[in-house]
Amino acid sequence: MKKKIVVIGNGMAGARIVQEILSRDSDLFEFVMFGAEPYGNYNRILLSNVLNQTQEASDIFINPLSWFEENKIKLYAGCKVVKIDTERKVVLAHSLPPNASAYAVHDEQLFTGEPFEESYDHVIIATGSRPFVPPMEGFDGEGTFLFRTIDDCHRIAEYAKSCRRAVVIGGGLLGLEAARGLMTHNVEVTVIEAAGQLMPAQLDIASGQMLMRNMETLGITVLTDHKTAQIHREGGKVHSLVFTDGATIPTDMVIVSAGIRPITEVAHHSGLTVNKGILCNDQMRTSDPSIYALGECVEHRGKLYGLVEPIWQQAFVLADVLTGFKPNAVYEGSKTGTKLKVMGVDLMSLGEKEPGLPGDEVIVYREPNKGVYKKLIVRDNKLYGAILLGDADAANVLLQMFFNDQQVPENRSDLLFGEIKRSAFIQAVDLPDHAQICKCNGVNKKTIVDAIDGGAQTVAAVGGKTKAGKGCGSCRNLIAQIIEAKLGKVSYDPSEHYYVPGIPLEKSQLVAMIRAKSLKSVSAVFTELTEGKEDPDSKPGLASLLKILWPKEYEDERDARFINDRVHANIQKDGTFSVIPRIYGGVTSAKELLRIARAAVKYSVKMVKLTGGQRIDLLGVKKNDLPKAWKDLGMTSGHAYSKSFRTCKSCVGTDFCRYGIGDSIALAQKIERRFQGIESPHKLKLATAGCPRNCSEAYVKDIGAVAIEGDQWEIYVGGAAGGNVRKGDLLCTVNTHEEVLRYTGRFMEYYREHAKYTERSYGFVERIKIDVLHGILVKDSLGICAQLDERIQKAVDSYKDPWLEGEVPAYPAQFEGPQLAQVLKETENNS
Amino acid sequence: METICFDLGSVEQIPLGQGHWFLIGGQDVAVFRGRNGRLFAIEDRCPHRAGSLADGIMGEGKIVCPLHGHKFDLTTGQGSEDCECVKTFPVEEKDGKIVLSYPFPTTEAEKNVGATDFQR
Repeated sequence: MKKKIVVIGNGMAGARIVQEILSRDSDLFEFVMFGAEPYGNYNRILLSNVLNQTQEASDIFINPLSWFEENKIKLYAGCKVVKIDTERKVVLAHSLPPNASAYAVHDEQLFTGEPFEESYDHVIIATGSRPFVPPMEGFDGEGTFLFRTIDDCHRIAEYAKSCRRAVVIGGGLLGLEAARGLMTHNVEVTVIEAAGQLMPAQLDIASGQMLMRNMETLGITVLTDHKTAQIHREGGKVHSLVFTDGATIPTDMVIVSAGIRPITEVAHHSGLTVNKGILCNDQMRTSDPSIYALGECVEHRGKLYGLVEPIWQQAFVLADVLTGFKPNAVYEGSKTGTKLKVMGVDLMSLGEKEPGLPGDEVIVYREPNKGVYKKLIVRDNKLYGAILLGDADAANVLLQMFFNDQQVPENRSDLLFGEIKRSAFIQAVDLPDHAQICKCNGVNKKTIVDAIDGGAQTVAAVGGKTKAGKGCGSCRNLIAQIIEAKLGKVSYDPSEHYYVPGIPLEKSQLVAMIRAKSLKSVSAVFTELTEGKEDPDSKPGLASLLKILWPKEYEDERDARFINDRVHANIQKDGTFSVIPRIYGGVTSAKELLRIARAAVKYSVKMVKLTGGQRIDLLGVKKNDLPKAWKDLGMTSGHAYSKSFRTCKSCVGTDFCRYGIGDSIALAQKIERRFQGIESPHKLKLATAGCPRNCSEAYVKDIGAVAIEGDQWEIYVGGAAGGNVRKGDLLCTVNTHEEVLRYTGRFMEYYREHAKYTERSYGFVERIKIDVLHGILVKDSLGICAQLDERIQKAVDSYKDPWLEGEVPAYPAQFEGPQLAQVLKETENNS
Repeated sequence: METICFDLGSVEQIPLGQGHWFLIGGQDVAVFRGRNGRLFAIEDRCPHRAGSLADGIMGEGKIVCPLHGHKFDLTTGQGSEDCECVKTFPVEEKDGKIVLSYPFPTTEAEKNVGATDFQR
């Protein structure tokens, strides 16, 4: 029989924990939920939108009543649990009389008759919190309100229609939100705060006072350092507010929004340990082993939370624990930080608002006229707290750094003014739901966010659910950033570091294994490392690696190759192939062009296209015509189909160009002759430029050589101008063509040996970092330069033009087209 | 249903671990020879974008379409995408030759049945 979970509380925390459990295993438990409000659960964060009429109440429901039916959850709406009998393992509850406030502390007399019972295996308490009403006379009855529930919103909005003035007691986040809502109902609003500033929980004194001036310019009166003693009525109606110092202000209605206190009576009556909140351990277990709690009613490691992210994190851990998904999952507390708009004023607050230790660094920028205030507290080179008011451009970056515990940049002002690497992250976070993230597979942001909500915590998991990131892969960073923004971090997924999906080893481990066991064929690798399981997706990566590791001794099994590498041409959507002969440095001749033209006619080529790599592409050649076409062309393979050195473009350089300062054509041709066809983890596209005008786009190539004045060449690595655009990093500056060839080869070999399969050079350079590469490849900090030079030379020496296989195929049917089948003599009939 | 057996020639013409494309009564059929010598035959047309599966990479009883990486089980024809599958055909080695049985529908009703029903 299924175990039964009783959830006390049908708010955001209660709904979330049930969803989390269902997403892990929908068949494990039977659910019963108690909710004091007579609704399904709704998103409390959006309440102020209901008050200011930007959203309908029906828009903010998380789960409509039908959700409870679909998931076979028994919901007692409008019922209040009074006690958990931990010995009999039953929960005792009463129906709430109509009009009873869902959050009041009820005395026993309210309920008539016997409570009803519901048995349980586990109880989850998610009773949340109730508004705190400071001690004052007269807060009750007509004209006085709390700001907490949907009903509160409706009542406030309705009542405000007959009012000229309103007072909000409490200058915290919700109080200001309530003030904002009331402004839309055409009432004069005064905010009363007992402390000396607004939002004392999030802001320091300086920013709190600045916010007060911002509020005042928007037409809200703010009184700080004021404690209310009494709500004075005349003729039964609210008339004015009397403060503890005897001063008064007139008002027609009073809304209290002075913070929250955990609702702990149930826990208390049931004998659980309660301090400020219900005490829970790191697995969200209370002092009774069958009873758990989460949300605003909980005290964990001495902290209480009133924000939504901690609840999500607690729900995640509790669901892991209860379902046995990760029985030892641990909740370690949450870092809190929020970005919000108060009355149109941007505001972000995270961590601590004042320094705590003598060594803490405080950086402040203040621009009173604009209402801008920025403060950072840095401890041990990490963000310890921050406040941004009036200009929160840097908020996303700061939040990300804070939640990920990242080191902050040395230049602190970069942090305050949002100049650092903000692009991608901010883009991802700020993009609308319908924005296409994966442009290959057409996956929008909402679909990705839904997948994350559904439990995907890694880029691979999001890809598994949505296909996002499984095309060209250039959106994978963006997906990671969306996961980070949602969950705080991307879960560690070891499989993302595997060299090939089918063998659980990183490249360095795999290489060590292959060398130690002397594995020289793909099938030998499978036999030794996967017990013979031949993962088809791992074959090409292994073939590439083995060829790099054993340039001469590699046992080439053609079935491990992708079709392009079996027939040395690029497969097209209709099953024909494209043929691109090598044109060294982009320099051809009239005779070559004639041969190309004749071949194009002879093999009915569908299109003759100039490529971006300064070559000529013959598209639409049939597989069985490939050998003949190559022979007629009389040129060598351009390798425009493989993961290898592709081409080296050049500009016209010194021969003709009046700006040329280096012989880029000769250099490009030397590079291309030397490195043609060298296998690598991904394609390598090179270029040489005869001057920094960069006509051949050398700055954005995998490797680019740019001539500069003084007979020198700059060598750039890790450039990109495909799905990602990146200027290469300067590896070194040299004097001769020979040196360019040497460093090019050295970088290539290091990339061949250390990059992940299908990792382009730009990702590789970003990952390893240019100064590290400079150290290894130029300064020879590891003492491996000579070996790298030797190994790339070996690869160069073992090069053979693959198009020679057109003359002598590597295996019989290599270039054969379809074969007509012969009917076997005997025929049989089946019924 | 009339099943006709075809002689596709020597098994040696298909390298171990690879496939080859045959035309059988106007139909495209891909025949594969696993590295252990086992033969498989399926319809040579990926239901996604009509890629030739004979040109794919095989392993663990599956074939990967060379165009967009959709996978198909060589024994059942079931694809990695829920709604995709390809027909499979009985094939065996006889005296070093590949012999494939191809079922030709004879009635209108048979001409309309789905791929997997062919094998039943």
